[in-house]
Amino acid sequence: MISRRDFLQVSMAAAALLGSSGFGNWARLAARQALTQDQLLAFETFGNVSLIHVTDIHAQLKPIWFREPEVNLGVGENRGQVPHITGAAFRRLYGIEDGSPLAYALTHDDFVALGRAYGRVGGLDRVATVVNAIRAERPDALLLDGGDTWHGSYTCHHTAGQDMVNVMNALKPDAMTFHWEFTLGSERVRALAGELPYAALGQNIFDAEWDEPSEDFKPYAFFERGGAKVAVIGQAFPYMPIANPRWMFPEYSFGIRESNMQAMVDEARAQGAELVVVLSHNGFDVDRKMAGRVQGIDVILSGHTHDALPEPVQVGQTYIIASGSNGKFVSRVDVDVRDGRMMGLKHKLIPVFADVIAPDPAMSALIDEQRAPFRAQLEEVIGRTESLLYRRGNFNGTWDDLICQALLEEREADIALSPGVRWGPSLMPGEDITREAIFNVTAMTYGQAYRTEMTGEFLKIVLEDVGDNLFNPDPYYQQGGDMVRVGGMGFRIDISKPQGQRISEMTLLKTGEPIDPAKSYVVAGWASVNKGTEGPMIWDVVERHVRRKGVVEVPPNRSVKVVGA
Amino acid sequence: MEFTRRETLAIGAGAAALAVLPIRGMASVDEEIADFTGGAEVVEGGVTLTAPEIAENGNTVPISFDAPGAVAVRIIATGNPSPKVATVNFGPLAGNQSCALRIRLARTQDVLAIAKMADGSFKSAKVAVKVTIGGCGG
Repeated sequence: MISRRDFLQVSMAAAALLGSSGFGNWARLAARQALTQDQLLAFETFGNVSLIHVTDIHAQLKPIWFREPEVNLGVGENRGQVPHITGAAFRRLYGIEDGSPLAYALTHDDFVALGRAYGRVGGLDRVATVVNAIRAERPDALLLDGGDTWHGSYTCHHTAGQDMVNVMNALKPDAMTFHWEFTLGSERVRALAGELPYAALGQNIFDAEWDEPSEDFKPYAFFERGGAKVAVIGQAFPYMPIANPRWMFPEYSFGIRESNMQAMVDEARAQGAELVVVLSHNGFDVDRKMAGRVQGIDVILSGHTHDALPEPVQVGQTYIIASGSNGKFVSRVDVDVRDGRMMGLKHKLIPVFADVIAPDPAMSALIDEQRAPFRAQLEEVIGRTESLLYRRGNFNGTWDDLICQALLEEREADIALSPGVRWGPSLMPGEDITREAIFNVTAMTYGQAYRTEMTGEFLKIVLEDVGDNLFNPDPYYQQGGDMVRVGGMGFRIDISKPQGQRISEMTLLKTGEPIDPAKSYVVAGWASVNKGTEGPMIWDVVERHVRRKGVVEVPPNRSVKVVGA
Repeated sequence: MEFTRRETLAIGAGAAALAVLPIRGMASVDEEIADFTGGAEVVEGGVTLTAPEIAENGNTVPISFDAPGAVAVRIIATGNPSPKVATVNFGPLAGNQSCALRIRLARTQDVLAIAKMADGSFKSAKVAVKVTIGGCGG
């Protein structure tokens, strides 16, 4: 099999190539000159099968800014392991030069300065160029979409996913799995998935009533590629009915279903599969644990937790590929399949620099067509930001600080709660806040902003519960989101403690007083999983707030104390 | 105001239930085990107990067990106010010794399956099931 050294050679070559622009060479022109499409796509075709992985696009059709997390803590066996390494430590681990294009793409430091040099990332017309270039070298390459595709923008929300289906159909994937798609409601998901010209997969999508595999989604699909028989097994997000509103898709049950995964791998092998690929929306830590327990998987294309890693992670004989989010990266994996098994693997995480990779004209036109009916709505300027607005990170981001502030002020609440989702692009200081930008961080089918009363005791239960979803030392008990964002209240979290003991020092910020377990507080929040939640839509709340302020500035958030990392 | 008072109360009540449920001493669980085994030694393994890692709905959690060679299997929810869930007896003509059922779990806890074998020995399997209030998935 392939040694770790072979992988290192591949990624080092890429790093050296891309690192050539060097530190301080930040003028946009210089950066562009130093970086070419050919360099980004350079890949010596290897073996006989190519896999192209995109995941967690979250309906981002156009180029965006996306700041990677500064804080991404791992617990248990994953403490200090990728993807729980950020910033300078991440660059050291992979030999990435400070200030280089890969530093900008993969780490958070100097995001604004580097962003001004290297420009936006993503855009499905650029992704199309990358996919087409790979197909030019390997016409029968498999394009696999890890899901969270039909969710996350104004146009996707208002077309119930149709814009993304239209655009992805043009990109011609071979298979897809799912997560947020189900929040369109089971009827809509069934209608869209039923008409896809490619496979809709999920070995863990079960019928809730009978606890049997759902007839609406196949567990796996077979492909003949490069003379080899390739099985792609789908793994949908295991915790959909817990992390998202169960009442929106009551016919379905999910779960990790590890034993069924093993059964599907065995079944595929028995039918002659020479390469077994799992197209997963498990999240990285769950995939790593699964790789160590299910035998016979060659490659896991990992999605959900939005991690981007420039090297595969090897667990036994399984290689895990993490391809980022929001259209920012495309992974290319070339595999040598011979004598009925995987003999070697070569990988490249391709950062989609929007100013470097030329848009595919046909795809640009198709994207514009989806956006045309909504253009005026999308482009309306609501206000301007003086601060960098970003979301990713375990505890807080400036976008959520702004959303919490909007909830506190517009809904006259003591405390605000904003869900710890990982989607949502960034916005640069000085940029206009358009309606599209607000939808990019709030769009969902259950966006009602509730206002209710909670006791201090219940608030602690909420924080402990979400904290355990993130910091349970066993990945199978994690749900893959970040910590719930809190406005108006500070707290201390010890991530090394068990559930019930992590949260302390809860403080009402406006008075500086400790939260009283017996007292009721007015809490405003959004994205409740409870049926019948009432209130204005969160994007309207944020829009009203930004419009009233005109120019927003988000001060640094120091109200969460993290220990035990 | 967007939650009705009734819904708010319901949320509060759920929370209270989560918070104040007495954590039963192992005595009651031990009693249930002893009641089934008569105090005989229980060896881990030989029984497959399947349950979700995180319950999608604590009120109806699908579990199943497979206990080849068992004459009876007792299911115990160690964190429920009343831990004994079910005892399934298998006659000599049973084609296999497996069963699927749905159980109610009050909170995060271990679910235990103890199998009485034909020779009078006991085997067991244990699975931790998390019951959570949910939300906030990435």
